[in-house]
Amino acid sequence: MATASTVINSAAYARQGNVLTICFKEAKYEFLKSLRNPMYSVSTLLFPIMFYVLFGLVMGKQMIGGVRTTVYLLATYATFGVMGASVFGTAASLASERGLGWLQVKRATPMPPFAYFLAKVVMSLIFSAIVVTLLFLLGVTFGGVHLPASAMGRLALTLIAGSLPFCAMGLAIGYLAGPTSAPAVINIFYLPMSFCSGLWMPIMFLPRFIQQIAVFLPSYHLSQLALNLVGAGQGGPALGHWEALAGFTMLCLGVARWGHQRDERASG
Amino acid sequence: MMATVQVLGTRQNTAARTRQATVARIEGVNKNYGPVQALVDFNFEVRAGDLVALLGPNGAGKTTAIKLLLGLAAPSRGKVSVFGGDPSSTATHTRVGAMLQVGRVPETLRVWEHIDLFSSYYPNPLPLAETLAIAGLEDLRNRKFGVLSGGQKQRVLFALAICGNPDLLFLDEPTVGLDVEARHLLWDEIRKLLARGKTVVLTTHYLEEADALADRVGVINKGSIIAEGTPAEIKSRTAGKKIRCTTELPSAVIQELPGVSAVHQDRGATVIHTSQAEDVLRGLLKLDLEVSGIEVSSAGLEEAFLALTREDKI
Repeated sequence: MATASTVINSAAYARQGNVLTICFKEAKYEFLKSLRNPMYSVSTLLFPIMFYVLFGLVMGKQMIGGVRTTVYLLATYATFGVMGASVFGTAASLASERGLGWLQVKRATPMPPFAYFLAKVVMSLIFSAIVVTLLFLLGVTFGGVHLPASAMGRLALTLIAGSLPFCAMGLAIGYLAGPTSAPAVINIFYLPMSFCSGLWMPIMFLPRFIQQIAVFLPSYHLSQLALNLVGAGQGGPALGHWEALAGFTMLCLGVARWGHQRDERASG
Repeated sequence: MMATVQVLGTRQNTAARTRQATVARIEGVNKNYGPVQALVDFNFEVRAGDLVALLGPNGAGKTTAIKLLLGLAAPSRGKVSVFGGDPSSTATHTRVGAMLQVGRVPETLRVWEHIDLFSSYYPNPLPLAETLAIAGLEDLRNRKFGVLSGGQKQRVLFALAICGNPDLLFLDEPTVGLDVEARHLLWDEIRKLLARGKTVVLTTHYLEEADALADRVGVINKGSIIAEGTPAEIKSRTAGKKIRCTTELPSAVIQELPGVSAVHQDRGATVIHTSQAEDVLRGLLKLDLEVSGIEVSSAGLEEAFLALTREDKI
């Protein structure tokens, strides 16, 4: 043990570790953590796939909105899938970690706080990509979905980019909900939003008043962007849907920021 | 091991200690949480290379003091500085490690993964193998956190506190909930860190723990430091005995016996606090031949606090 001589003279270093390395590791371990948590990984992947198989593939050859059911529901269940991956991926872990002291342990380290939030978003994006890929494979293999590769690519990118507003929503819920109530709070928003936006059952089959509510829901706007790309949208320019999603994102980030400051005040 | 012992020996050279630099300071701090006063006119100083224990009952304000020193909370009044700077700055955090009380740690990550992540936060972390060795986690490196025992979990949190090779280490109730063996293991690990020249601030409600580890003890109660000194000094102020007996003598008479600091009635028995148990017993037997059921015990932490808070009032 020659360590006795390492009596610290370390005013020389003031910076933390390499920020890129921190962000990479934070995201990597956030992903592993979620992957190994079946509550998240299995339900995030299983439910959209199960619903798509039950309602999409089984219905087979019928037509909705001018396209095959399997194509229409591929767009809506993929929307449902990325939404779940994003809201649960961010909100549940954030609520638990800030409520039960883990975030505080990290705040006592030189970790830059944005790395922590970025990791949750990146992890959610990866899960969104996985759920979209699986649904596409199912649709192409068993659902007779024939779309050009470029259309598939655009649809996938739209869905994954369109999951970001739901990451923001997850951060907002994560800051408002308690550690144990978070999953329930998420479902209170997630399930009705999915239904009212026509993600389970095509929107034209829903009662008129629900259709009128739908235009206020971000999930409606993302599903319409996806449906536009497969030729089954209800019309309206894509830009308007993106604007709605951007507005919703800003609103959620504002709520998250407020929750963050409330936490800071409570502890500090 | 020999080297360690020698270093411990020189470290406790008191003449040298007076020349040590101050690494952390809390000056005239009040800390309020709403209407609750967690700290009141709190003054505290940590010198390089020392192990300082904050000793006090639950809710005394120990954790609040640690949070202030880590920049996790801001004082309502007064000043907190660590390494001469802002305790919440990144620059300060690179030189500090902390083991905090945490309700839940992500359970699906493996021990080495947790350490790998935390090590990446620091500019000069210890090699993974060294962190694992210091915390005694080599055999558990591939276990997931969720399957570890309470003592093993504490060792992982300890590893996360030291992996950045910090100069100053905060340990908030590091051995709470541990069995005797696990507690002594952690004590050994803390001593090794001191031998490497680290400064440690730990909070505890075990008098024994402060005694075993600390160079200096601050006894804290109701948000204030009520006594401060070496463990020996603290003990000399609180090393009273407690005599429990059944006697007809009135409290006022017992109070006059030598060295009696307090007398009270408890479930039909008389309890006497004194610094001179033998003299009191002689006096008791002289005054009351009927005295019975005599028990003499050392004053525990509870008695120490009673004694110290009484002094505090005078």
